Amino acid sequence: MSVSAPEAAASPSRGFRLDLKTAGPLLALILLVVLGYALNPLFLAEGNITNILTRSAFIGIIAVGATFVITAGGIDLSVGSMAAFIAGVMIIVMDWAVESMGVSIWTVLMGIGCSLILGIGAGFVNGFLTTKAKIEAFIVTLGTMGIYRSLVTYFADGGTLSLASEAREIYRPVYYDSFLRIPYPVWVFIAVAIIGWVLMNRTAFGRYCMAIGSNEHVARYSAIKVDRVKTWTYILQGLCVSLATIIYVPRLGSASAATGVLWELEAIAAVIIGGTVLKGGFGRVGGTVIGALILTAIGNILNLTEIISNYLNGAVQGVIIVAAVYLQRGSLGRRKKAAE
Amino acid sequence: MAGQGEPAAPVVLAAKRVSKAFGEVPVLFSIDFDIRPGEVHAIIGENGAGKSTLIKILSGLERPTSGHVELDGQPVELPPDGQAVNLGIVVIHQELNLAEHLTVADSIFLGRELKSGPFLRLREMREEARRILETLHVRIDPEARINTLSVADKQMIEIAKAISRDARVLIMDEPTAVLSVAETETFFEQVDRLKAKGVAIIFISHKLDEVMRLADRVTVLRDGQLIATVGTEALTPDSIAQMMVGRELSNLYPPKHEPDVDADTVLAVRNLVAPGVRDVSFALKRGEILGFAGLIGSGRTAVAEAIVGLSPVESGEIVHKGAPVRFADVSKSVAAGVAYMTKDRKGKGLLLNANLKDNLTLLTLKRHFKGPFLDDKSETRALERAVRRFDIRARDPSVRVGQLSGGNQQKLMLGKMMEAEPDIIIIDEPTRGIDVGTKQQLYHIIAALAAEGKSIIVISSEMQEVIGLAHRVVVMREGRIAGILEGAEITESEIMRYAAGIKQGGENERISA
Repeated sequence: MSVSAPEAAASPSRGFRLDLKTAGPLLALILLVVLGYALNPLFLAEGNITNILTRSAFIGIIAVGATFVITAGGIDLSVGSMAAFIAGVMIIVMDWAVESMGVSIWTVLMGIGCSLILGIGAGFVNGFLTTKAKIEAFIVTLGTMGIYRSLVTYFADGGTLSLASEAREIYRPVYYDSFLRIPYPVWVFIAVAIIGWVLMNRTAFGRYCMAIGSNEHVARYSAIKVDRVKTWTYILQGLCVSLATIIYVPRLGSASAATGVLWELEAIAAVIIGGTVLKGGFGRVGGTVIGALILTAIGNILNLTEIISNYLNGAVQGVIIVAAVYLQRGSLGRRKKAAE
Repeated sequence: MAGQGEPAAPVVLAAKRVSKAFGEVPVLFSIDFDIRPGEVHAIIGENGAGKSTLIKILSGLERPTSGHVELDGQPVELPPDGQAVNLGIVVIHQELNLAEHLTVADSIFLGRELKSGPFLRLREMREEARRILETLHVRIDPEARINTLSVADKQMIEIAKAISRDARVLIMDEPTAVLSVAETETFFEQVDRLKAKGVAIIFISHKLDEVMRLADRVTVLRDGQLIATVGTEALTPDSIAQMMVGRELSNLYPPKHEPDVDADTVLAVRNLVAPGVRDVSFALKRGEILGFAGLIGSGRTAVAEAIVGLSPVESGEIVHKGAPVRFADVSKSVAAGVAYMTKDRKGKGLLLNANLKDNLTLLTLKRHFKGPFLDDKSETRALERAVRRFDIRARDPSVRVGQLSGGNQQKLMLGKMMEAEPDIIIIDEPTRGIDVGTKQQLYHIIAALAAEGKSIIVISSEMQEVIGLAHRVVVMREGRIAGILEGAEITESEIMRYAAGIKQGGENERISA
């Protein structure tokens, strides 16, 4: 009967590499923290840490949603514009409410409700067009990206939409206040990350996402409702964008054509740095969270030190992204060779 | 034991005491192997015996750990990454390596285009391609795109490519695995032609009859050891099989238990029309194994996919346990107890990058919930059960399924389907590309399932398999049923006659046959 010799051939190196892959992003983050502290001890001051966590919340929350889309073999380029669009509409709606009904907590709740509906709706549109109209996700979301960006520019008449100062007063604590010394945006980020992790690793939905991203045919032949699951990933993504926008609006109280520019790329970068495979089939929510922290920490370190100009932030991030993917690819390549 | 009847042409390519280990795991032990011009040398052995590793060493894709390779009697270190082509050693892999969007002529000249300065000499390459294809007696347009060709034609292009490279040694890994009977015959003719030209041909095969038909010498490997190199004339399929497994394979096929005459009809298909299916009617009884034979593309898989809802039914009736049904998708058919196991285990059956457990439970994940969450323990138990029941062998359960041998993948896929506890099981090509020992196991499992009262449809291009397993055989041709055979009628020649369209007719005319 069959002998397992060549199958076993792949074994010696495997366990070790898998560990490296899982722990890689975490190691990188730790390294970055050590580096940051060495360059400027203020890096580890409580205020700065809170600052990093709060700032990483926007990209982090969006990136958790992106983890599902990418794991299921899709991509969503529209998230940055979607955030700007949602922020714009939220502000218009809240300003309108302030004018017609006066200001109360309901003004803000109305804005939040509006954001959730828009996020879920926008996600559904992306999902529907990719699955039912069978247009590639890249193209669909490239299209919606342009649409949302131009709509917000149109609403703002090329300028800035500002939230009425009365509403701003009520809404402000959502970004600036803390619970147990941890700011609310960070709590939202933590909640989204935990729910996302459970969804990915402990429910059938997560397993189906990985199966679809890994091989859509196999998924279909295994009785998985491929279109439905894929659509849900985009809806989840929309919901995450909506949540990120809800905590973003009170920060500046305004939205313009420049809001959320390049967020889609930062979110994708966080996902990839975290170890999720861009082609789909393998998703790591925990890695994504670390990826978001790494990206924010880089910017922060550049701010705190004089060695490299802050204007080179994008360049440093770019190098990190390419290096992260190269390390993952490298170990995969070696494993493949060992398997043969 | 080396073949004495060979002409004394000097050896072209040889392996001398070649051993290979991956890390600490040895896969080949001191193998001697040689081939002469104009000779066909088959390498056979079970999955995992080391055949693929041996041909990788002979073609330079792997370095031997000890021992060496000789070309024309001189020790050589073959260049890696397929560059051995320049020395006249050409490999045709099981998964054909053709760029789907290129034309035939482009493919044949890929990597060694004819050029004038920086420009391609397109017309010249087209003409040359046409000439090469003519010498092979195949009618393929040099300007056709690869993705418009059949698998058999693609393989011919690979052979044409090898010829255009003046191959001295042609190495083929299971060349006929994806070919139909007629295509295989054409392929054999090509091999004879190449042989007459003095090309040395090494091929791996699981099909003993074709080894007997083609090879001059046979090398048998088992567990990485060289068991024997023997002249084919001294062999019978039985003796080869024995050498491969190291024990006697007395009964490859289990005895047939005919279903009761008055057993219920569990599935009746009437005048089914679907993509690739034109008017198909048949009935399946409880406890029956119904074989589906026919050429590749005759519509057998299309019938199965229409029944389980993978492709739309255009008209006709499917009656399942007395009630007309039309399954909208696989989840519906599985829920009703009708399961289909695809023939394309790598493309449609298994997630090669996932582990055994995730693959096993993918079809039936809903059975492993604890509240809204997945119950890992329950999944692990399911895997333990399946491993025991289907004798799935993996180094450890966390390996990726892509690293398993074909036989173990097939068993895992069967296990995955059986997790759904279906009553009607449609198995498409149950043993494609797997070794004879595992085949025997699978046949016994299939027969045991039928004996339990499950009803089974076996679609197979290996006629022996259909004949050995099925109680009745449906022969399809061009989307229609050409004939349904029973009892003593089930013979290779009879199936072939219907499959090739020499004989026609539904059940009524058939009686005179």
